Amino acid sequence: MQWEPVIGLEIHAQLSTRSKIFSGAPTAYGAEPNTQASLIDLGFPGVLPVLNEAAVRLAVRFGLAIGATVARRSIFARKNYFYPDLPKGYQISQYEAPVVVGGSLTIHPEGGESRRIGITRAHLEEDAGKSLHEDFQGMTGIDLNRAGTPLLEIVSEPEMHSAREAVAYMRALHVLVRYLRICDGNMQEGSFRCDANVSVRPKGEAAFGTRTEIKNLNSFRFVERAIQYEIERQIDVLEGGGTVVQETRLYDPDRDETRPMRTKEEANDYRYFPDPDLLPLVVPEAMVEAERQALPELPEARKARFVEDYGLKPADAMQLAFDRDTADYYEAVARVCGDARLAANWVNVELAAALNREGLDVACSPVSAERLGGLLARIADGTISGKIAKQVFEKMWTEGTEADVIIEREGLRQITDTGALEALVEEVIAANPKQVEQYRAGKGKLLGFFVGQVMKATQGKANPAQVNQLLKKRLDE
Amino acid sequence: MTGESLHLESVAGLVRGLAERRFSSEAVTRHFLDRIARLDARLNSIVTVTAETALDQAREADGRIARGQPRPLEGVPLLHKDIFCTQGVRTACGSRMLDNFVSPYDATVVSRLRAAGAVMLGKANMDEFAMGSSNETSFYGPVRNPWDTERVPGGSSGGSAAAVAARLTPAATGTDTGGSIRQPAALCGITGLKPTYGRVSRWGMIAFASSLDQAGPMAVSAEDCAHLLRAMAGFDERDSTSMNRPVPDYVAALEAPVDGLRVGLPREWFGEGLDAGVAEVVESAVAVLRELGAEVREVSLPHVGLSVPAYYVVAPAEASSNLARYDGVRFGYRCKDPRDLHDLYVRSRSEGFGAEVKRRILIGTYALSAGYYDAYYRKAQQIRRLIREDFLRAFETVDVLAGPTSPTPAFRIGERTRDPVSMYLSDVNTIAANLAGLPALSMPAGFTAGLPVGLQLVGRDFDEGRLLGVAHRFQQATDWHRRVPPGFE
Repeated sequence: MQWEPVIGLEIHAQLSTRSKIFSGAPTAYGAEPNTQASLIDLGFPGVLPVLNEAAVRLAVRFGLAIGATVARRSIFARKNYFYPDLPKGYQISQYEAPVVVGGSLTIHPEGGESRRIGITRAHLEEDAGKSLHEDFQGMTGIDLNRAGTPLLEIVSEPEMHSAREAVAYMRALHVLVRYLRICDGNMQEGSFRCDANVSVRPKGEAAFGTRTEIKNLNSFRFVERAIQYEIERQIDVLEGGGTVVQETRLYDPDRDETRPMRTKEEANDYRYFPDPDLLPLVVPEAMVEAERQALPELPEARKARFVEDYGLKPADAMQLAFDRDTADYYEAVARVCGDARLAANWVNVELAAALNREGLDVACSPVSAERLGGLLARIADGTISGKIAKQVFEKMWTEGTEADVIIEREGLRQITDTGALEALVEEVIAANPKQVEQYRAGKGKLLGFFVGQVMKATQGKANPAQVNQLLKKRLDE
Repeated sequence: MTGESLHLESVAGLVRGLAERRFSSEAVTRHFLDRIARLDARLNSIVTVTAETALDQAREADGRIARGQPRPLEGVPLLHKDIFCTQGVRTACGSRMLDNFVSPYDATVVSRLRAAGAVMLGKANMDEFAMGSSNETSFYGPVRNPWDTERVPGGSSGGSAAAVAARLTPAATGTDTGGSIRQPAALCGITGLKPTYGRVSRWGMIAFASSLDQAGPMAVSAEDCAHLLRAMAGFDERDSTSMNRPVPDYVAALEAPVDGLRVGLPREWFGEGLDAGVAEVVESAVAVLRELGAEVREVSLPHVGLSVPAYYVVAPAEASSNLARYDGVRFGYRCKDPRDLHDLYVRSRSEGFGAEVKRRILIGTYALSAGYYDAYYRKAQQIRRLIREDFLRAFETVDVLAGPTSPTPAFRIGERTRDPVSMYLSDVNTIAANLAGLPALSMPAGFTAGLPVGLQLVGRDFDEGRLLGVAHRFQQATDWHRRVPPGFE
């Protein structure tokens, strides 16, 4: 039988606000345990939550970016359950009336067709703290620094049909939230994590199979592998005549398998009800308008423009456009040097390699976009060759100087004087009679050898196109 | 006024006497501390006496008065219900669960009264987590009614009411979720006001049922309540449900005439279950209002009979969630040697909470459960809207509603503890104002069989000034509120 997997993802994106969603405590990551938790985060008797407006603004921005409806009125609800890292015994979330409803996202699965995936809803909620099971000898430590951190939970429609599509969706969302500057996307720190709902059904059938939920996947690779494993597991179960049990599972990367989560609470009843401490969230029209005005050009549109206006290949355009800082950097380089394709090549290859080597973000590049543009302008106007430019780039990287300064100081200007180059060509031909004979006997590939000899004699400064032309002319006589 | 009778002074009288330096705040404070030490053993109305800080605050007040910089309540002592968080002072909320809890911060009500110059004498006993109508559910034992110490003072602000009635304090703070200020005020013969929901900040007030809880003043007279409310009320950015609207000068508004006031008597409050003696007292109180120039007519609140059942869904539902934080993990009671997490939860909560609190947590958990939510919680919220609409319709033809605060006078200790429903019916007339969010006041209206009877007034949203004004006029024409329980003169 042919099986069709059905996958929906719930992604928790930590919103980049300075303070928590219901208290004034900072959201900074990595502080000493329990130093970033106020009385409100600790759930002390008598404390009350006050909604952080910044979190609402970021949720609105997201809603606008995916073409969703921003609800004029949404409701905060309490999700009740006991856990030591949940200080109040309930999580403030949104249930019946979320702030963002509908919308969609374009995905580009590797080796597959791009398509749109529907987004059901996105709602605001607070994060819980963390339980620390090490270092406490039979006890559990509780760190409540993360408690109250604002999250946007983004729920997709169950519209993906392979692990690859699911990863593509997650990547597209990851690109978008960073583009909108609503989430830093740091998966290691848990700023962007994913729960996957997976089921399979006989191909062609409309009804869904029984689903399982895989919790807390915090890397693209784990998402792909966990879903792949789970799909295969469910197919095995069904083909063996068994039934899939609706349950929550965890992915173990070491064994590359999912396992049922051990939990005492069987069917969790969260007893949702509207939080009486918070008024209904009424998003002011002015906020929606301000966010609409401030919305940046989105990655898909930018990519299309790069292809259209700059003549880039779609893959190169995507690489540049899907990171906002890179795209901004690239456009500045292109503007300064006047050659968009040259700029694309350099940003995607040379700059990317250098940044990668040093582990830097493009925003922290020692070579600014203006300076890189200045360097590429010297390639474009023939002052230096691409090869020399790489040397200059290395020096710019370490010294922090402009390209022109280095070119002048090191005497790297390209030799374009025909007379000087003709003399060099003569010398090379005279010094290599055997190769000349072979070339003339039909071994055309040797042209490269002669070019190399001239370049070597000029430490690479000769204009390669010119040298080529002169050599060809002389040898073919 | 001599030193021996300082406790018979009103808040207004103390403010004047202190300003005129007829006595010092230190002397007043010592006088009340002394009365507490001598007399509270009979009542058990106070769980924590903060004598040293009280005297420090009193001396500071005297300094300010001497420098000519008194604040509105400078040097006036008062008690806080033990539901309000008080920095550095145990805040136990009547529960074993919080017996060891010393609050690291002040409730807004506490800091506002302190900023107005009031002196804190200590913390008043109360029903556990404000759940009770007799003050018998307190971990610290029942409070006794000063008019008859075999009887209950009402609840949950029973300690505050008994202490004011016995003149152990000139005034006290209380909270009212279903009648917890008004019913004990009625049963103890004092004046108490539950303001409009949102009028007073709930920050630092330990939550019972968040959509119903409201703090208010309890004192001998409406005038004294006005002095307190003026300091307590106002917007607080730390409470999203507090209203951002100006606070009128309640003291200045006291003198508004009653002439032409339209008073409605909801017939539903005068039906079955109303004690004959209470009915008689209320009738004569209404007659006094008529003599003062009020027009009295009968009105109807058709859905008000559903108040008690709706309340006993909404309040326990919210409470079941509000009380989830008491888990033995971060503060409060923790059981000895928990075996594991489950054991920690089960035993800490089983041992830390009393029976009534557990009963309400169970009711509330049930009402919110999947499959029951629509039948209970959602339905109760719909009833709540109907009840509010009843009131709004009544207020189209009258300015205030009047009736008995409680259908009976104070009952005997132990009389209703085995029958929770009979206990719950003690609040049958007070609950509707909480469900509707409206301001309501109870004032002494007379006595039946030697026990005080309260008259309840309910007003429109934010009409506290009118309620206090009507009560003030009534109190100028009567002296029920001046009666002091025998043995506490």
